[in-house]
Amino acid sequence: MDISDSSQKVALGHGSGGAMMQQFITEQLLPALGGQSAEGLEDAATLSISAADIAFTTDSFTVQPLFFPGGDIGSLAVHGTVNDLAMRGATPRYLSLGLIIEEGLPLDTLRRIVQSIGQAARDCDVIIACGDTKVVGRGAADAIFINTSGIGECGDHIPSVTAATPGDRVLVNGTLGDHGVAVMMAREDLQISSAVESDTAPLHTLVGAMLEAGGEAVHTLRDLTRGGLAAGVNEIVAASGVGITLEAATIPVRPEVGGACEVLGLSPYAVANEGKLVAMVAPEAAEKVLAAMRAHPLGRNACIIGEVAAEPVATVRLHTPIGTTRILELPAGELLPRIC
Amino acid sequence: MCLAIAGCIVEIDDLEAQVKIGDTLVATRLDLIGEVKVGDYVLVHAGFAINTIEKEDAEELDEIWAELGGGAW
Amino acid sequence: MSTIARCRELAATIAAAKPPPMTIMEVCGTHSHAIARYGLKQLLPEQVRFVSGPGCPVCVTADGDLDAIVQIAAQGAIIATFGDMVRVPGPRGSLAEARAAGADIRVLYSPLQSLQLARENPARQVVLLGIGFETTVPSIAVTVSEAARRDLDNFSIYCAHKLVPPALKALVEDPEAQIDAFLCPGHVSTIIGVAAYEFLAADYGIACAIGGFGPTDILEAVRALIEQIKGAAPCVQNCYTRAVDYEGNTLAQSQLAGVFGPTDAEWRGLGAIPASGLRLRDEYSHLDARNRYELEPPIPYDPGPCICGDVLQGKALPAECPAFGTRCTPASPIGPCMVSSEGSCAAMFKYRET
Repeated sequence: MDISDSSQKVALGHGSGGAMMQQFITEQLLPALGGQSAEGLEDAATLSISAADIAFTTDSFTVQPLFFPGGDIGSLAVHGTVNDLAMRGATPRYLSLGLIIEEGLPLDTLRRIVQSIGQAARDCDVIIACGDTKVVGRGAADAIFINTSGIGECGDHIPSVTAATPGDRVLVNGTLGDHGVAVMMAREDLQISSAVESDTAPLHTLVGAMLEAGGEAVHTLRDLTRGGLAAGVNEIVAASGVGITLEAATIPVRPEVGGACEVLGLSPYAVANEGKLVAMVAPEAAEKVLAAMRAHPLGRNACIIGEVAAEPVATVRLHTPIGTTRILELPAGELLPRIC
Repeated sequence: MCLAIAGCIVEIDDLEAQVKIGDTLVATRLDLIGEVKVGDYVLVHAGFAINTIEKEDAEELDEIWAELGGGAW
Repeated sequence: MSTIARCRELAATIAAAKPPPMTIMEVCGTHSHAIARYGLKQLLPEQVRFVSGPGCPVCVTADGDLDAIVQIAAQGAIIATFGDMVRVPGPRGSLAEARAAGADIRVLYSPLQSLQLARENPARQVVLLGIGFETTVPSIAVTVSEAARRDLDNFSIYCAHKLVPPALKALVEDPEAQIDAFLCPGHVSTIIGVAAYEFLAADYGIACAIGGFGPTDILEAVRALIEQIKGAAPCVQNCYTRAVDYEGNTLAQSQLAGVFGPTDAEWRGLGAIPASGLRLRDEYSHLDARNRYELEPPIPYDPGPCICGDVLQGKALPAECPAFGTRCTPASPIGPCMVSSEGSCAAMFKYRET
């Protein structure tokens, strides 16, 4: 078959081994991912890692729609795993790539996704060292599911979710809620649209700059994905046995995102991000780390949004602009646009 | 029970309109209100305009909104 | 003056007025949500007590209706619903559980999307869940009349709509009720107007104020209620003139009346209230899901420790429920007041004060 024909769709034969599979990998997949020639495909890659500690993580990606303003499932799959490694201060080195593809997915769509993965990997300076492709029958997957596992080299300091300390300042690197809103708006059935773009981005060089400025004073890093800021800070207070108070007036949210969330009945604090982190930094280093963040393209809107205290334990409080205080709760379940 | 938000009509096609709420465009039906024109302000609930509102009131709402940090919290 | 300064000024004015001990029922779930979100109780004297009311349409949907809806879902219909209904636990489980078992549940932003679903799925039946008060019913009425006009044979509506004024009447007629004032719903009033509440002040002496949803809007309405109570001069004050006219939206009212007529209805907690619900007029009865589906009688349902019924009548605060925050949380709700984001338990939990 002519795999370069854009009207072609993924068929079950693609994933079950044999000549079709070889052709697909050789002609489509590997070139996009910058891999070596097909002759030398081993069952496993061997890696050279020099660090004493290795960071290892995995994540799967099922976003719908596949393409949205600011990104797609492919770039997400790379950034998400790179960011998990970065949150431990690790330099991302290698990714694995697993694709589960629903029969009938247009080859052109798959090509775009794979090209996006390749580009994102190059931009992050990570190598896709190994991978697998399976095709399942119609209805057995939703277009495409992607899994990436990542390996990174740890540095001298490894931030931890358990290390937040009373007195720490709470920092974020920019505006919240962009990704979740962009994805929801890209769902055509909602008949609501806005210009919000996903913030999907790799954060490892930003983290590098933060660790250079603050070193061991950077106690905790957490990427704010599903469940947004609210999930991230709640996980930290539970793991570290501390409390956090946030100042609502200082938390950056784009007006477009705030407005879209109001229309959909959501809180920007509970909506997913894909290029944002929250950091707990010892007070004496906070300003220096903040300056380093603001000097980085992904930290221009970085700010201090709150503080860690010993009590109330495992609780996040939000101080509102009108001078009242309430709890910021862990978001529950799936986000449903509410009406009445 | 009452989540309704004010916005400005930017486009009308018979009974369907595009209403701009902040920077968000919401497809809105006009069956429940009388004659309106582009530039009028309406209150939108579940994809329907349920009332018109005065421009000054809409602008006041926008100001309060911005002052409270865009409603994020 | 900035909003923040105005909030402080209103709080000071209210404190200076030395309000007597009083109970205000915030009728509308969106008001409960707003009051909790802004922490407004922290700006008010302790003796001004708030209780939540039955203004959360999901919360007041009776078990019998939840039972029927899940039965319809299990029969292969595409259920088109507003998001809040999906996780409400009922006698046969929730719609979310039905979905996990294979039912087709679609969440809508606008009821007209249900007609689109019917067009796109000609071989399947689409059932729109008619849950909501007067704010939402006119939009549903437009949807139903459009379905009739287009002669759609795969669309029907399960109508469990309810009306606010009869519920308020039932509440004030309850000998155990301790309500001094109503913070009346904002957008329901946009539709039904001011006159609909006047009987509460005139016949029952209850202070009423229609409030908007910003922090100053709500504080203004509370101040108006305190003045009414201090002056022993109950009336219905429109503090939301921005969006509410005396007559309400008469066009929307006639759309509603063209498709629906009053019927007796069962409310969770409040029980049966005459003429408090809506049913399809005879000319639309062919679109009634109750006529289209064979339904088994409802299963008896024991909600265990749940006291949502008392919370909805303002007879208990969410924190007084033995399950609140422990066995019943937004992540694992026992009762509808915790599921719905308009529910008072959800509002109290999500935005609880420290």
